[in-house]
Amino acid sequence: MSFQPIKFYQTGTFTVGNRLLPPEQRSVQASAKRFNSINSGHRACQGCGEALGARYAIDAAMEATDGQLVCANATGCLEVFSTPYPETSWQVPWIHSLFGNTAAVATGIAAALKVKDQGGTRVVAQGGDGGTTDIGFGCLSGMFERNDDVLYICYDNQGYMNTGVQRSSATPPAARTATTMAVGPEPGNVFGQGKFVPAIALAHDIPYVATATVADLRDLEAKVRRAMEIRGARYLHILVPCPLGWGTAAHDTIRMARLAKETGIFPVFEAEHGEIRAVLPIRRQLPVEEYLKPQKRYAHLFGKQPHVEVIARLQALADRNIRRYGLLEQA
Amino acid sequence: MEKPFAITLDPGSSLANRTGSWRTFRPEYVDRLPPCNAACPAGENIQGWLFHAEGGDYEAAWRALTDNNPLPAIMGRVCYHPCESACNRQNIDAAVGINSVERFLGDEAIKRGWKFHPSAQDSGKRVLVVGSGPAGLSAAYHLTRLGHRAVIHEAAPLAGGMMRYGIPKYRLPRDVLDAEIRRLVDFGVEIRLRTKVSNVLEALQDGFDAVFLGVGAHIAKRAYIPAGDASKVLDAVAVLHDMEGAQLPDMAPMLGRRVVVYGGGNTAIDVARTAKRLGAEEAIIVYRRTREKMPAHDFEVEEALQEGISIKWLSTIKEAGEDDIMIEKMALDDKGFPQPTGEFERIPADSVVLALGQDSDLGLLENVPGLVTDKGLVQVDAAMMTGHPGVFAGGDMAGNERTVTVAVGHGKKAARAIDAYLRGKTYAPPPKPELATFERMNPWYYSDAPKTVRPVLDIIRRQSTFEEVLGGLDEHNALFEARRCMSCGNCFECDNCYGVCPDNAVIKLGPGRRFQFNYDYCKGCGVCAAECPCGAIRMVPEEN
Repeated sequence: MSFQPIKFYQTGTFTVGNRLLPPEQRSVQASAKRFNSINSGHRACQGCGEALGARYAIDAAMEATDGQLVCANATGCLEVFSTPYPETSWQVPWIHSLFGNTAAVATGIAAALKVKDQGGTRVVAQGGDGGTTDIGFGCLSGMFERNDDVLYICYDNQGYMNTGVQRSSATPPAARTATTMAVGPEPGNVFGQGKFVPAIALAHDIPYVATATVADLRDLEAKVRRAMEIRGARYLHILVPCPLGWGTAAHDTIRMARLAKETGIFPVFEAEHGEIRAVLPIRRQLPVEEYLKPQKRYAHLFGKQPHVEVIARLQALADRNIRRYGLLEQA
Repeated sequence: MEKPFAITLDPGSSLANRTGSWRTFRPEYVDRLPPCNAACPAGENIQGWLFHAEGGDYEAAWRALTDNNPLPAIMGRVCYHPCESACNRQNIDAAVGINSVERFLGDEAIKRGWKFHPSAQDSGKRVLVVGSGPAGLSAAYHLTRLGHRAVIHEAAPLAGGMMRYGIPKYRLPRDVLDAEIRRLVDFGVEIRLRTKVSNVLEALQDGFDAVFLGVGAHIAKRAYIPAGDASKVLDAVAVLHDMEGAQLPDMAPMLGRRVVVYGGGNTAIDVARTAKRLGAEEAIIVYRRTREKMPAHDFEVEEALQEGISIKWLSTIKEAGEDDIMIEKMALDDKGFPQPTGEFERIPADSVVLALGQDSDLGLLENVPGLVTDKGLVQVDAAMMTGHPGVFAGGDMAGNERTVTVAVGHGKKAARAIDAYLRGKTYAPPPKPELATFERMNPWYYSDAPKTVRPVLDIIRRQSTFEEVLGGLDEHNALFEARRCMSCGNCFECDNCYGVCPDNAVIKLGPGRRFQFNYDYCKGCGVCAAECPCGAIRMVPEEN
């Protein structure tokens, strides 16, 4: 586990704050003086996981760097809903790059800061899964192998949601998107394609790789804090449910992230120099149906004749994650 | 202003974009009624006082508790805690040990000498309270708080009513009882002992503006049992009453080695356990129905069985002889009523104690115009007033649910009604908010925590002495137990709504001041309501 959980105190460290804990033990988000790096008035959908994840992560980075932070932002939902010219929601120095070159832009900012002897100012690059795992992947891998001093944050909502929900290489198997329709003998996205970029980042042996979800705030903040203690290339991959693209109720955003973690669909772990150091264990294990059923993108699996074999394959993927990352806590 | 190449507008903030206009549902903070509070016969705000105990502020917790109930140390011992049976935490692990925390607070108050703050007002009105049992003490306390003078007339030489003369010492040590009564006297409640009221209207003439009756139910009900001259048949009220006077073991009631108790209520259990402690080798309860039908509380039956008391179910006593009794087996009919089977059995017995219920002595109410009694109970309206204006009643004499907690609740309710009556108004209780059901909560956020097991005295020890059976919590585990409270339906400032809002549309007002929605930007997604652990946010449709 990336942080020391508080064992009891009514809600322990599960809730955002906890009035029974001293202020220094509460989360950044619990503070009335948090940065609100991304401000109100942004145009994200109701219940947007990405808007939430971005505030969680950038607020934590601002806290860790004492406000000395520059953000490069790939094209995508996050950029579109936050910054329709001339308005912006960002309350940090922020630059919009192209869709595919955020990692390279961030590398350049870091180099420039070094040249100008402002090494105290840190750099974060951020983008969605499309800009990270597909279009910007070459720049990202280059940033990793050069070990540039950048924290790259990917907000993974598993598709191109901004342009109308198209498949990305982070779209999970069987999910319906505009380009993987729920038709034919194998409806939805096909099995055996796509990639899990945290594992690829791990293979670069960079100083720090971690995954997180918007359902585990304490874990997410601890990972950002740890990442900002380290120099060199760092990668944080945050699962951010998308009510629009996943076909879930706006109020279920955090619940969906929690279910993804509790079913083993999305492994939450932390690694340094290519070695996994800690995982966030499953607290109450659930079958994958609990995660799939509330999502309309999986609706074709249920209906009158449930596709039990497809559900079984998804369960097998979750079980493999549980095995591979050791997600079940040893009693 | 000089602008860079291709820039024509000044940078603007997204705050100009009032996303609140998107909303079709709006979140609202609510305070729902926690199930413990809803179940409490004394009307305690349990979630409210646990809130202070969770933070370790035991005095504030005790003060919040005593807003409704002046007898926490007593209640923490003798209450049958319907609150715990209603507790939502049962759906997660086990109910919060509310009763044990209450007792801890009560004991802490005695230890630290906490007193009630004197009432600020003085109405100049005097109210007569008849009886110093839980109903009378509670009524007198609340009347004093409301600024009236309460004078209790008590027939017995000591105050406490059935708490002293009915509840055995192993359940309620007398120093605890004395301490809580003394605190009430210090608060300004006047208690006149050995003062029997034989006519309530005459007593009222003595400068009183209203009267509250809480005389209890001290007369044992009898059943006709043919008995030989040498047989020993006693009643439970007398046995328990005599225990109070017995300072030395040889002054205790003589029950013999084999004691049969007839009845199935809590009093029957109390007598059987008392008999065992007095040295009886055998204490047998004879009850005409089954365990499921028994009015005694389950945990008391369980404790009695652990102490070696045996119970003969589906049996009635047909006759009592010198050293044995004859019982008849019963069978339940279709409607669940016991019917005789004609099958008899003799069991040895040195004495038979009848615990068949009690009646009230209503002699003082003769010739009170308008006052109605039915089956030995004084009839009262929703405000605890009898048919005679200014005469109120509560406790065992006014209801069939006869517990200390119910009596305390009656006393409180009556005091509020008397206060309204004295000011020429009628008491209208405030409307109750909707119930904080488990389905309205998000239990994910509560830490896993097992119930603290209260230390139970060694079984042998409690069979032979009158020491208290249940031990208390210490400060450490009382705090732990209090923190198991989930604060159902009432904000406990966990910051979740503030944290999980994707639109920063929740304003944190600071410790103790909770939160506020910023409807300019709230899009109405409902994440805050879904992720509120305790269910203190409601989504309501927008009108337009």
